[in-house]
Amino acid sequence: MLEIDHASKLFNPGTPDEKVALMNVRLKLNPGDFVTVIGSNGAGKSTLMNIISGVMKPDIGEVRIGGNAIQELPEHARSRWIGRVFQDPMAGTAPTMSIEENLAMAYRRGEKRGLGRGVNASRRKLFREQLSRLGIGLEERLGAKAGLLSGGERQALSLLMATFTQPRILLLDEHTAALDPARAALITSLTEEIVRETKLTTLMVTHNMEQAIRLGNRLIMMDKGRIILDVPESRKSSLTVPQLLGEFERISGSALSDDRIVLG
Amino acid sequence: MLEALTGAVELGLLYALMALGVYITFRILDFPDLTVDGSYTTGGAVAAIMITHGYSPIIATLCAFVCGLAAGACTGLLHAKGKINGLLAGILMMIALYSINLRLMGRPNISLLRTDTLFSAISDNRAAFIPVLIAVVLAAKLLLDAFLHTDLGLALRATGDNARMIRSLGANTDTAKILGVSLSNGLVALSGALIAQEGGFADIASGVGTIVLGLASVIVGEAIFGFRTVFQATLAVVLGSVAYRLIYALALRIDLLDASDLKIMTALIVIAALVIPTVRRSMRQKALARRRTEELLGAAVRQGGRT
Repeated sequence: MLEIDHASKLFNPGTPDEKVALMNVRLKLNPGDFVTVIGSNGAGKSTLMNIISGVMKPDIGEVRIGGNAIQELPEHARSRWIGRVFQDPMAGTAPTMSIEENLAMAYRRGEKRGLGRGVNASRRKLFREQLSRLGIGLEERLGAKAGLLSGGERQALSLLMATFTQPRILLLDEHTAALDPARAALITSLTEEIVRETKLTTLMVTHNMEQAIRLGNRLIMMDKGRIILDVPESRKSSLTVPQLLGEFERISGSALSDDRIVLG
Repeated sequence: MLEALTGAVELGLLYALMALGVYITFRILDFPDLTVDGSYTTGGAVAAIMITHGYSPIIATLCAFVCGLAAGACTGLLHAKGKINGLLAGILMMIALYSINLRLMGRPNISLLRTDTLFSAISDNRAAFIPVLIAVVLAAKLLLDAFLHTDLGLALRATGDNARMIRSLGANTDTAKILGVSLSNGLVALSGALIAQEGGFADIASGVGTIVLGLASVIVGEAIFGFRTVFQATLAVVLGSVAYRLIYALALRIDLLDASDLKIMTALIVIAALVIPTVRRSMRQKALARRRTEELLGAAVRQGGRT
């Protein structure tokens, strides 16, 4: 489904601040894979997300979706295949526009936008159905501005916007990190449910070790722009947090340093 | 006095189209576009030169609109594709348009006094003038509202609101910006064409300060009438344009002021409309914070006494 082939990315090349963001990364996701990604600060997790979504292009290497090389396509041209939820709850919705207008924009994901009405009766019905799946009452507030929602509500809406048109790949970039524990738990369980139902191929960056182990069928660990550990489903189920941290120290030679890390 | 006021309402309605244009860039795209100082004149120039060359006023007015679209598209391209800062892109286009306008007109001023214009038919019947203008401006407003609720219009609004999000949903924000700036300048040029025909002349300097007039209308309208929805915001812009003209007409009745004081009056109105809401909001915020803190403190003290 998603293949990253020997991709490298350098930040500030040729300057004193030059930094390796990705180094020769190879990753292949099978259809329906749900992969969690952990790693230290600056390990390249976000850069990995960015070269998949098209926010950045790799300096060398290929990104393929369904066998087609897409690394030269701009972000908006790839969006038909890729749904994404950002860490910042403000980032995923347009605050001065209503919930239904936000959904209408997501409804046209990757398609041509013309002069048809953004929100019509049949779309509104669909939006209401979809929102009711979230179970937080947003279906009663279709006309409310997204900017009036709480952080958790906005992430739930973003998650729906990223998934309800059935793209091929879902990218979750620490999408629960900015929420309080109760809301983070709600978004996590919604994520599990949606990924299970839609069978989307998913890549999820997280700082929560316990979550990284419990969710998904595969876990990768990154450090200094490389993938240093790839735990398959068979081993993942018996993995514990101390084992994971020990593994990191053994391979990278230093303790996992992440100022936001949550052991779970 | 009454005559001065009806004149102010007429002018306010004619300028409302320009203000709607400024609303698109300033409020929707969050892009203060100075091109309008040039494209307003372009609208008047194109209409005047075509009408004096015998074209029908309708065709001339439509051509003025299209020329405004083109001018705006240039600014949009400079900004979106050339990565030039928005303010600078607008200033560059404004300067370029000065030369272009002078080329178009051939001389700094063209009179339309003895020619047929769009308003010739109703020029003898001043009573019909304001209703016709209201109909035209409302039609433009409702069309703009409808456009802003289409799939394309939603993408345009999101480009100013959260560009990162709408890119991740597959809209090309560069195209949206070019489209928005283009439409904005089309409306501004249309307004320029209508005002040239109403006033009976096109002048090379007529566009100076258009951006400030437009901002004044948008800001005054929003301050008085509110802007919760698109429908309400565009209505506020139209009414703001009329309100601004009325305030201005009343200000001119004060003997101390000359017509040449228009610019500083405009600047003062815009400053007041910008500063007063900010000050009010921060005072309200401070009062709220103090009250809530005292409440919480009170609750904590009571609780402390009990345990």
